[in-house]
Amino acid sequence: MKLVIRNGRVVDAKNKIDKKADILIENGKIVKIGESSQFRPGDVTRSTMTINATGKVVTPGLIDMHTHLREPGREDEETIASGTRAAAQGGFTSICCMPNTQPVVDSVSGVKFILATASQEGVVNVYPIGSITKGQKGEELAEIGKMRIAGIVAISDDGKPVMNTQTMRRALEYAKMFNLPVISHCEDLNLSVGGVMNEGFTSTILGLKGIPRQAEEIMVARDIALAELTGGKLHLAHITTRRSVELICQAKKKRIRVTCETAPHYFSLSEEDVQGYNTNTKTNPPLRTKDDIKALCEGLADGTIDCIASDHAPHLDVEKDLEYNMAPFGIIGLETMLSLILTNLVRKKILSLNQAIAKLTVNPANILGLEKGSLSIGADADLTIIDLNLERKIGNEFTSQSKNSPFIGMELKGFPVATIVAGKVVMKDGKLV
Amino acid sequence: MRLKHKDLLGLEYLDREEINLILETARPFKELFTRSVKKVPPLRGKTVVLLFYEPSTRTRISFELAAKRLSADVLNISASTSSVAKGESLIDTAKTLEAMKADFVVIRHSMAGAPQILARTIKASIINAGDGTHEHPTQGLLDMFTIWEKKGRLSGLKVAIVGDLLHSRVARSNIWGLNKMGAKVYVVGPATLIPPKIEEMGVKVYYDLDEVIGELDVINILRIQMERQKENLFPSLREYNEIFGITDERLKRAKKDLLVMHPGPMNRGIEISSSVADSPRSVITEQVTNGIAVRMAVLYLLAGGDSQGVKR
Repeated sequence: MKLVIRNGRVVDAKNKIDKKADILIENGKIVKIGESSQFRPGDVTRSTMTINATGKVVTPGLIDMHTHLREPGREDEETIASGTRAAAQGGFTSICCMPNTQPVVDSVSGVKFILATASQEGVVNVYPIGSITKGQKGEELAEIGKMRIAGIVAISDDGKPVMNTQTMRRALEYAKMFNLPVISHCEDLNLSVGGVMNEGFTSTILGLKGIPRQAEEIMVARDIALAELTGGKLHLAHITTRRSVELICQAKKKRIRVTCETAPHYFSLSEEDVQGYNTNTKTNPPLRTKDDIKALCEGLADGTIDCIASDHAPHLDVEKDLEYNMAPFGIIGLETMLSLILTNLVRKKILSLNQAIAKLTVNPANILGLEKGSLSIGADADLTIIDLNLERKIGNEFTSQSKNSPFIGMELKGFPVATIVAGKVVMKDGKLV
Repeated sequence: MRLKHKDLLGLEYLDREEINLILETARPFKELFTRSVKKVPPLRGKTVVLLFYEPSTRTRISFELAAKRLSADVLNISASTSSVAKGESLIDTAKTLEAMKADFVVIRHSMAGAPQILARTIKASIINAGDGTHEHPTQGLLDMFTIWEKKGRLSGLKVAIVGDLLHSRVARSNIWGLNKMGAKVYVVGPATLIPPKIEEMGVKVYYDLDEVIGELDVINILRIQMERQKENLFPSLREYNEIFGITDERLKRAKKDLLVMHPGPMNRGIEISSSVADSPRSVITEQVTNGIAVRMAVLYLLAGGDSQGVKR
């Protein structure tokens, strides 16, 4: 089975490629990249499937290291089948799923369930993240080593930060043996209690309880200190504030092993968007201020922020169509992430296309230790084809089972038009195959 | 002149002219109360639903009287006795009221933004009767009406709001309204009960009332809720009373014609002493009367009435 992608602008941050080329794929692997003239007569035959990528960008398959697929337990919100299709629709070929399912993925059986279901029903690669502690309770360590052997790529208690500093220390120390990143959702729960949006002028006039930025920053500082203490591999999830960026920048200068991500809503929206009480803006950590957006953009540009992840968090309309206080935190992101990056970062020249693609490919792959994220010869043929000039208004039709998006109605420019996983086309011309 | 929106969600969303219009319109309605027949016909055939998700006596009765004196039909729905108690969502309740052709929905809710949800879901005019810690616009209007009636103006007056600003929708509505009308607003209370960045609303923050007491034309005293003590927001009610309670002693340095206001219900002996509450400076019971007039004005104007209609 052969596939050739012709005449696209090939952007591969790892191999520092940015040129017009054809890519030949055979048996799920990349076998050749070059100009048409470099191809030999036998390379492309009549039976070779061809995708014309003229005027398009061809990149390594995109990686989203922070999603919630809700299965097992909340299959009404999302399943591995629907979530991976939403990923394919959004140009992602590999996604990581957080363990806050019901039951929590805190043991080998949970990991095996995710992997087995993904291989049967999924359309993109799924890498499970195991919990740090049993039941995400923040007390006893989960069987991290056994889960590692079963296939997890990181550990995290995600929405439930490990408040006990000693437990977090042990986790970083223990996971270090397996070179497994510990992903931390930074939130001091005592400080954030009852809050539903960023604390500040907007929360005051809306009469909503605020979450101070310090709830995040204190834990960023704590976890960096613990990474320094243990030599563990720390990855900070969804960073949102200026000081968080500064703390991480300093830590990196000191060569502490810390990496981080932010999510598109944090650089695309601010707390002011909460006005009107649209519950699709309710997310944790909350949308911050315009100054934080500026700091995130600076951190993205200078490399302090390593990657961008969606924190795709599906919730049903019936759960979200409530009073702001009662609606759950979280917004979906797989299908809008790339367009938001292209519209709000690349088009505004905050990131070059190369930098943006690195944050969606080679960088998350390096953090997670995945053999993904490049177009090296012999690599898995995971690719994404992007039309930088395609403009569209985000409607309320999503492949995800949920549609809790604050971006509905927004005009974006630059969309994925094809997603290829191990040489198999799973999305083409913007439609799932 | 008419109001610009179908709803009254907060004083943030009104302009100076609209606030003036409501205050001007309330005056003739208040005069009506001195007559033996206190009822007029403008809302005949209209249905006003009072949808109360939070217990309230004074606001609910005030709206009920206001609607009845305008000849509207009034329906009372309270959360504990309705389908709300069976778990119906706010949006479904709203749609039910829409199907019953309610013309006005007056909503009181413990959560900020609930009136906005109604306003964008149904066609009826929504009046916010207090939503969480967001706004209580008719209270703000009746407070301004009371000041305006007593002082003849709002512009240039110095008004202090004292107490638990953090949890007060009354304070927020007062601040928006008074600022728009050109008054100068001070907020005074324990640092733990002052909302973040409230000074950006255009007010000055004080932790010591004695610093400003001599300048004030009006002092509006907020209710201090007992449960805030449990949240560690202040150590004890006794201490609160000692530092922030309004007593005769504290008012010795105040202007002779200082107006003392309180939105009720009062905790006598905590935020306000009985002798202050019952003193000639106090307009607390008049606030209640004015509340009905102001709510009549709001209902009348939202029904499409204009400033000409009520002139005698």
